[in-house]
Amino acid sequence: MRHYFTILSHEIRTLLYSPSTYIAAVFFLGVMGFIFASILDLYSKSPQETPPAVVFFQFFWFPVLFMVPLLTMKTIADERRQGTLETLLTTPVNTAEVVLGKFSAAYLFYLLLWGSTLGFHYILQLYARDARYLDSGPLIGGYLFIAISGLLFIAIGVLASSMTRSQPVAGIFTVVLLIAVILGPRYLGEISVLNHAVFGPLKSALGSLQIFTHVEDFTHGVIDTRQLFYYLTGATLALIFSILGVEAKLLNG
Amino acid sequence: MAEIPDITIEVSHLVKTYGALTAVNDLSFTVKRGEIVGLLGPNGAGKSTTMRILTGYLPANSGSVHICGHPVASAPEATKRHVGYMPENNPLPDDMRVSEYLWFRGRLKEMPRARLRARIDEVLELCDLKRNRHRILGRLSKGNRQRVGIAEAILSEPAVIIMDEPTIGLDPHQIIIVRDLIASLRGRMSVIISSHILPEIEATCDRVLIINGGRIVAQGSPAELRHEIFGSTSYRLELAGDADALAGHLRAIEATLKVAALGDCGADGFCTATLVTESAADLGEQLLAALPALGYRVRSLGRTQPSLEDVFLAATRRSWDARLPDKPVNGDSRAPLPKF
Repeated sequence: MRHYFTILSHEIRTLLYSPSTYIAAVFFLGVMGFIFASILDLYSKSPQETPPAVVFFQFFWFPVLFMVPLLTMKTIADERRQGTLETLLTTPVNTAEVVLGKFSAAYLFYLLLWGSTLGFHYILQLYARDARYLDSGPLIGGYLFIAISGLLFIAIGVLASSMTRSQPVAGIFTVVLLIAVILGPRYLGEISVLNHAVFGPLKSALGSLQIFTHVEDFTHGVIDTRQLFYYLTGATLALIFSILGVEAKLLNG
Repeated sequence: MAEIPDITIEVSHLVKTYGALTAVNDLSFTVKRGEIVGLLGPNGAGKSTTMRILTGYLPANSGSVHICGHPVASAPEATKRHVGYMPENNPLPDDMRVSEYLWFRGRLKEMPRARLRARIDEVLELCDLKRNRHRILGRLSKGNRQRVGIAEAILSEPAVIIMDEPTIGLDPHQIIIVRDLIASLRGRMSVIISSHILPEIEATCDRVLIINGGRIVAQGSPAELRHEIFGSTSYRLELAGDADALAGHLRAIEATLKVAALGDCGADGFCTATLVTESAADLGEQLLAALPALGYRVRSLGRTQPSLEDVFLAATRRSWDARLPDKPVNGDSRAPLPKF
């Protein structure tokens, strides 16, 4: 793992110099600000039962769908297209170090961008002059969810990037995979055939894959080890497949 | 770095196929320490594939490659420490500066920071890149990019340097610089370069491997190759005198010396004759001494060398020809290879 930090710092540098990072950041903060403002608007009109932070994190999927591809599509696909993957892999670096380094850099940026939305809550509290708006419970739970689910989402993006040499294809593939992971279980769970008793276990399995339920649990302070296990194994699996993807492409030249 | 053995690259019975296409077919060769070896071959001969296998980037189907005594297939990290590689077209990240790039590559190659700092200055000086050290790679000219690639390959002072077409797309002036740079590595590092530019290989390489269809069709120093492929030396002579009696006189000088072609004589009585001999010795002095004594007036004498280009064409043609009588032998039902 001695090359991990070399690659990580190189990747962070590349992300800092690449315009797509800033496009993603501006987009992300704009959209999140808009969502946050509309939630506040809703709350100012009529009283609600849940704290605004809970609703805010329910919208996690929207920025994830466009931000994750923007952060990850470049990682491996672009190196392969430029041919620099060849020079990278002919140094004493192993594929795992390359993939992990790129994954970590993208993940750190993902956390940084989400971290910047803490400012929204701070500004709200500053102007409302009411400490109740900075409800620490749902915030801690919500950001914990973002940090843990981010592992899986970014790993999926890296996986998609490792399978092609074109950035757009990697981006689209990431979006498709993310939609399948985030929205897929919800729609599959609604298929009426599954209501039959035989499919009971399948239905409950699909129920536990519901990421929307996970957000709710996290923001309400319920941290379920099964959910942690899901994200951690999912991320590990995606990264292992990315390593295989990078190596398998070598077989084809 | 560990002790470097005398034989730095050892390739034996290497085979690499891409589906039905055999890119490298039972290739074996060795490279000694400090030797500069040129890999020659037409497009698709398997030069780049061979180089990629040597670097450990591509796995081979069978056969083995040892770099400094370590097998590439089972100990890739040990062999990669000894290899500096510049791929075809020399890919570089567009958004980095020259010195930043070299720093990053040096760190990947496990060079200690203090040594790397001094070494970067050294290679920039060697490759004449000092003025460009802060420029962005994406904006460099082709020649400078190529030199950055070479600087990167020699950065960690590896025992083996592999360069795929290092002079492609350079102007003659830059080719000379690159050639001198490669020649300056002689004796310290083993260098394998591939090229289409034959004078290039001839000027820099100690040994040439001509590859065609994934096999070595000829190898040796440029001079050896000439002799092996043509088996004869020719002289170009301008002389005046009795041209018809020339053949007889020549046989007296050297048994195999013959007149291959006799040009028309000019108004001044001088004719141009091309002489061919199987003897490897230089007959120039003997000719110059004997012919005037026989009454000929000699205006010029030159030993004509077949260029490496001729050698290359002859060797690759010979390898195509060698494939033709690929008939089933001893009940072997294998279909003959397609004609090219």
